[in-house]
Amino acid sequence: MGTDNRKNVLLIMPSALVARGFESVFSDLGEFRVHGVLADLSNGAEVRLKNIGADVIVVDPVVFEYASRANARSLISQYSDAAVVGLRTISMSEDAWKQFDEVVDIYDAPPVIVRKLRAAMTSRSETPRTEGEELSAREKEILVCVAKGMLNKEIADYYSISIHTVITHRKNITRKTGIRTVAGLTVYALLNNLIDYSSIE
Amino acid sequence: MGQEIMITPSMKLADLIELNYRLLDVMSRLGVGLGFGEHTIADACRNCGISESSFLLICNEYACNGYVPSGELLASASVADIMKYLHNSHIHYMDSEMETLRLSLRELMAPADEAQRKVVEKFFLDYKAEVKNHFSYEEDVVFPYVEALLAGKSGNGYSIAQFEENHSNIDEKLNDLKNIVMKYLPDVCDPLLRNRVLYHIFCLEEDLHHHTLIEDNVLVPMVDLMEKGLSAEYGER
Repeated sequence: MGTDNRKNVLLIMPSALVARGFESVFSDLGEFRVHGVLADLSNGAEVRLKNIGADVIVVDPVVFEYASRANARSLISQYSDAAVVGLRTISMSEDAWKQFDEVVDIYDAPPVIVRKLRAAMTSRSETPRTEGEELSAREKEILVCVAKGMLNKEIADYYSISIHTVITHRKNITRKTGIRTVAGLTVYALLNNLIDYSSIE
Repeated sequence: MGQEIMITPSMKLADLIELNYRLLDVMSRLGVGLGFGEHTIADACRNCGISESSFLLICNEYACNGYVPSGELLASASVADIMKYLHNSHIHYMDSEMETLRLSLRELMAPADEAQRKVVEKFFLDYKAEVKNHFSYEEDVVFPYVEALLAGKSGNGYSIAQFEENHSNIDEKLNDLKNIVMKYLPDVCDPLLRNRVLYHIFCLEEDLHHHTLIEDNVLVPMVDLMEKGLSAEYGER
């Protein structure tokens, strides 16, 4: 495949200045190149994340709502297997920074940035990939409960699992099917013969 | 990403449509019919009594990704024109788009089981009700508020900032419907018809997205200017 085997980097950051800065660092030092820039995560960004084929994602946590910043990494991992590097533009607890494969500081020298991106890719390749795109048996069970109108708490009690686990299953169901509303999941469940019409009337 | 071609009043309507044929729908909602010969945007605006600035704002917001209108253009446009356009769009969505989509979905689902037909129909009707509800808020609360402002009355404590805060998303169910039609309908459904329904959903999704942009990036800042007493129409307080 061609002579250019530079790794693709997706930048998710609202600052055009900082994004240009990354481009400039990469063009000086090679090895990486900016493959795409997202200023935020709205409007179809999931689809781009899924399909852009980035090797490394550099994300400024400021693109996430305050409450979801600590989960930034797992939110991105729903859509992409790339290594995820946090960009330190704001202050967060040290634990929140630990979710990332690496953290780049905006005052880091260019060679340090490249070294950190390289390290992030190495650490990422050692962790297992997410499973396939079909719903698992447990996800189907949860989906049926959701379609029947059960609340997260009721589902958690029914299967003796934590609410957190139920929410994770629901996120995975939505990621795989692309369906976000309860009404839509109900249609999915019926079309796939997971429930009867009588159970939703 | 910004606008590569600036839409100007001296541009011919035919060239405008060549630039982006999705503006056909916009034209009809603005009251500009086809058969316009060599008319320019300025001619069309004169004929249908809409300000050039309003026309440019709507077309730019619709045709150029990432378009951010200038303060100057916002201040010189007519908020009544924008509201009329939005109102016509609401009617178009509810009476025409939703009805066509409902009928073609019904035709598409005809060969499926009764339960499958019923669940899809119910889903669509719920979606339609949600959209109607969303539009009703604008028709019953926002537009009368702006009309009162235009008439020089105060807003009784309401402000356009509240609209911005409560401007809910109605795109989730449509996105779900898209996934359902694309991925999960039974094989008995006609493939060509299925494509047609999908095209329709994609177009509607894009259309509604631009509709929301016009509300958020044109209507809201214009009313904001009025509230501050800065717009041409509203004058100095």
